[in-house]
Amino acid sequence: MEIEKFIDLLAEQFEETDRSLLTPETKFKDLEEWSSLLALSVIALADEEYDVALKGDDIRNATTIEDLFNTIKNKI
Amino acid sequence: MSYNPYSLEGKTILITGASSGIGQTTAIECSKLGAKVIITARNEKRLNETFLQLHGEGHQQIIADLTVREDLDYLIENITQLDGLVNNAGINKILPVQFINENDFENILKINTIAPVFLMQRLFKKKKFNRNASIVITSSIGGVFSITPANAMYGMSKSAISSFMKFTALEMSIKGIRCNCVNPGMIETPLIDKAVLTTEDRERDIAKYPLKRYGKPTDVAFGIIYLLSDASSWVTGTSLVIDGGITI
Repeated sequence: MEIEKFIDLLAEQFEETDRSLLTPETKFKDLEEWSSLLALSVIALADEEYDVALKGDDIRNATTIEDLFNTIKNKI
Repeated sequence: MSYNPYSLEGKTILITGASSGIGQTTAIECSKLGAKVIITARNEKRLNETFLQLHGEGHQQIIADLTVREDLDYLIENITQLDGLVNNAGINKILPVQFINENDFENILKINTIAPVFLMQRLFKKKKFNRNASIVITSSIGGVFSITPANAMYGMSKSAISSFMKFTALEMSIKGIRCNCVNPGMIETPLIDKAVLTTEDRERDIAKYPLKRYGKPTDVAFGIIYLLSDASSWVTGTSLVIDGGITI
């Protein structure tokens, strides 16, 4: 599992936010477009792509995209 | 003798999904009001836990997966005449529309919609209901009165069963059999996926409820009991919303 591929998948969930704005350091919850529906989409994405059951708390505890990536990676 | 128009004395009531949550509480409360209950669910251990909490005598427990034809046949063969049925078994999975998939949707539909439809169909065909029997379906506000993100599969299953309730109410009225739904908001049961919601999400969600709390299983059980009892003799084809005011 590599982070750039993960960011590509994550970027697909956003409508307004350009892929170039998403880096491992991006604080995703600070993005204007971030919403509870996007959080649910990330949980569904982790389930569908990596077969990982992400919890709401995992998203709450992650600050950057890299944090999110590592959380998923550690659960694979 | 105390006056109680909601008494279930002398009634035999079949309750599905009785091993936890709303079904379990409904079974126990019905037994307290004098009903003989027949409880069914898939999990033997948990169903027995419900069984041990029933008040009074003459109750029955039958392990069955209502999505399996043989289990359904076995259940139908092994029950007596009914005065009431509570279709309560249900599951949920939270997924945004673009992530829904056939596998999860089929599973949800099988348990929430198809199983209760064919349980009722078979019970009608085998003439298992006494005259003046009452059928209650645990629907939801979700998909029927309330549309929220990521709840499409569940909402569709509940909206379909709510529709079936009305057809049944109309067609069975000639036999004096009533059919109604209860439509709960968020109830504190094992069905709530605590993993998806964070504590903060939960608190934010509760704050939206005019009565400032999620429901308890008894909040729904008492609505079901009203619809099972003779107090609701002239009520059929309705949806009783029990939701702390969230859909106001």
